[in-house]
Amino acid sequence: MQRLKIAFKLTKNNQTRDQTSHTMDDEVKLFGFWASPFSLRVIWALKLKGVDYEYIEEDIPHNKSELLLKYNPVYKKIPVLVHGGKPIAESLVILEYIDEVWPHSPLLPKDAYERSVARFWAKFIDEKIRPMWEFFHKFGEEQQKAIENNFKILKTIEEHGLGDKKFFGGDQIGIADLVFGMVIHYFAPMEDVMGVKFIKVDTFPRLHAWMRHFSEHPVIKDNVPDYSRVVDYLNGYLDIINKMQKG
Amino acid sequence: MGEVKVLGSWSSPYGLRVQWALGLKSVEYEYIDEDLLNKSQMLLKYNPVHKKIPVLVHNGKPIAESAVILEYIEETWPQQHPLLPKDPYERAMVRFWINFLDNKDKVAPFITFFIGVGEEHKKAVNEAKELLKLYEEQVLGEKKYFGGEEIGMLDLAMGWMAYFGVIEEIVDVKILDAETFPRLHAWIQNFRAHPVIKKNLPDHDRLLQNYTEKRQRFLAYSPHTENA
Repeated sequence: MQRLKIAFKLTKNNQTRDQTSHTMDDEVKLFGFWASPFSLRVIWALKLKGVDYEYIEEDIPHNKSELLLKYNPVYKKIPVLVHGGKPIAESLVILEYIDEVWPHSPLLPKDAYERSVARFWAKFIDEKIRPMWEFFHKFGEEQQKAIENNFKILKTIEEHGLGDKKFFGGDQIGIADLVFGMVIHYFAPMEDVMGVKFIKVDTFPRLHAWMRHFSEHPVIKDNVPDYSRVVDYLNGYLDIINKMQKG
Repeated sequence: MGEVKVLGSWSSPYGLRVQWALGLKSVEYEYIDEDLLNKSQMLLKYNPVHKKIPVLVHNGKPIAESAVILEYIEETWPQQHPLLPKDPYERAMVRFWINFLDNKDKVAPFITFFIGVGEEHKKAVNEAKELLKLYEEQVLGEKKYFGGEEIGMLDLAMGWMAYFGVIEEIVDVKILDAETFPRLHAWIQNFRAHPVIKKNLPDHDRLLQNYTEKRQRFLAYSPHTENA
């Protein structure tokens, strides 16, 4: 019963270790991949809260480390957060955990109803991410369908999700913003490579404004992968897909 | 604490999770059964994005997505029968497994078990058994419930297993048997016996009839039917 043994031990910041098995001071590691929107959202969360962490870059997909496979045997994927030696996988689960352990600069509002709205949109956007990327690696009619689908998805996100707010989280960046954030550093390069632009000031004015606000935020601005590096990476990925198509 | 409504469907495990959670916390609510082939205006108004059940409406404000609803219920009525552990790491583990089992890929084998045939069905049986093995050995382990000594959020999410026996009856194939999965089998008995759960389980005969018809419809239109 570890929790009982450490119940009243003071940490170096004179914080009483309560019933929880970790304090804010335990060592934090993040296994990620530089281009992945899923690990980037975790980086943003940690940076917004000023949490120190060690970042381990994984060579995805062909050369995953033994440690990653040990820490995430179920999915064998990044991101994995390891706090005081204990691993957590799945980025949305990680974000909720981070918000609970480091409650300052909250990613979720205080009100239970508002929290449910934030979680709904974080989940909705998260589930639409791979569908939104379909236009990038599909061809012909399938690609057309994917493009049309994107307009539908973005319309729903703009009208029902963002509405007239500055951020999904209101005045501050919240969990749903971190999930939608992939549009600025991953989706935008995809659009450039394919020559299709979805979020424009005349098509989705509110999402367009959101992109500006989000990317100008000091923490976000300093923590996005190099745009041209992502373009190269995506082009490389397309080459592989094309080669596979040709058999 | 204000008016609570649940829009659900009599046999949906996602809707039942919400009813079970409210029942465990002794929260009174009005239940509205939706005919999913004829969705009400109310449902379309309260869940315009997905148009699905369950929806919880609390003081006129709607919440959709069962996992989101469960978190809301836990936060709004925290004192009675807590559904999540206190420790953030353990809470993360619960959320991880709910996310895992709700994933389309993890649900698919059980659906194919129900309506698939031939090779597809064989494959689904194997995949389903692997998942059940994972749930039995790694997720439930030696515990009485997934939540430990008491039913927790993960038990509610696993609740579909509590009446999976009817599916097996209809398909005439048993995969969740007591010999192969003794712990899951024991869990099912305990879960079904809990007074709150017992009060809200779909009627066996109704399930049998309704799901037999459903399966027949799928098989009749399936391109894979061996008899076609």
